[in-house]
Amino acid sequence: MNTRTSTETALPGGGDLTVRVWRGAEAGGFQEFATPRRANQTVLDVVTEIQREQDPSLAYRFACRVGMCGSCALVVNGSPRWTCRTRVAQVEENGLLTLEPLRNLPVVKDLAVEMEPFFQKWTQAHGYFEPGAEPAADFAPVAPSAPERQEADAGIECINCGVCYSACDVVSWNPDYLGPAALNRAWTLVNDVRDQGQDARLAAVSGDAGCHSCHSHMSCTEYCPKGLAPTFSIAGLKRATAKRIWRGGR
Amino acid sequence: MTPMLYLAQRATALILAVAVSVHLATMIYAVRGGLSAGEILARTNGNRWFLAFYALFVVAASIHAPIGLRSVLREWTSWRGRSLDLAMVAFCLLILVLGLRAAFAVYRP
Repeated sequence: MNTRTSTETALPGGGDLTVRVWRGAEAGGFQEFATPRRANQTVLDVVTEIQREQDPSLAYRFACRVGMCGSCALVVNGSPRWTCRTRVAQVEENGLLTLEPLRNLPVVKDLAVEMEPFFQKWTQAHGYFEPGAEPAADFAPVAPSAPERQEADAGIECINCGVCYSACDVVSWNPDYLGPAALNRAWTLVNDVRDQGQDARLAAVSGDAGCHSCHSHMSCTEYCPKGLAPTFSIAGLKRATAKRIWRGGR
Repeated sequence: MTPMLYLAQRATALILAVAVSVHLATMIYAVRGGLSAGEILARTNGNRWFLAFYALFVVAASIHAPIGLRSVLREWTSWRGRSLDLAMVAFCLLILVLGLRAAFAVYRP
């Protein structure tokens, strides 16, 4: 339970923050709140304070508060962010915060979005380990210095927060597009030497919904709170699917 | 976009980068050098290198442009499916025919 917001004292002379919060679902509007500025407060602290002190009907989502679970992402002053690790001082503009639900996902209520389409695309991109029909006869030795291991390491720390999906222009143009997170996950698995489902995975990430639709705008890479670079993972998938053509695939 | 279309668009982009540069540079050089249309045609007439260069240019453009246009239309309109693909094949053939006809006309006016 987050008690920081109510026990930490307001900054002397800090004044109030004006917080515009999206209320409603797809149709709705902004409601304005005023909350005290507090030392080191995060955007999530502000939302929690509003919900607990001013309007208990406000819907939002969080769990870990420490940047692990990926559930608290919102659009803050126009940019998608993980709110638990974003300090107000970093993002407020003249004492104003505007909070909206993530883009490119259906709004359930207020700041909470439906994540189902996001995770469905992980499944469509074969973003799961495929052990094959027969269990492996032996351990697969994977050296930490192996190129495949390094490629997988570069993308493995994704916390599924949906920030990249919200930031992606291609998703907003083409709702079928698998999106940066699912493609990044597929790329880590393409580099898993134990995986037996590569051909089906490379077929799944090709086509009009797949990696070839990426415009390399790099919004995903710009906004990823974990500092990952899905754009480069998608470029890796483009190379891997091109090599697959030479091997006789389509 | 399938991987094959993706590769075709990238490969033709490589050709177009060179072909467009040569085309523009030659045009500017010829016009600024004071050559008339008749003098230019006299030089291109019967020149097989000229024909081969522009035939390659036209083929590359006829592959490259419809693939890109297909992506633009898919992203900016709701047009999808077989009708879009067939329309793009028609657009490819249109550029191919018009372009080759023009290149051949200058080769043998």
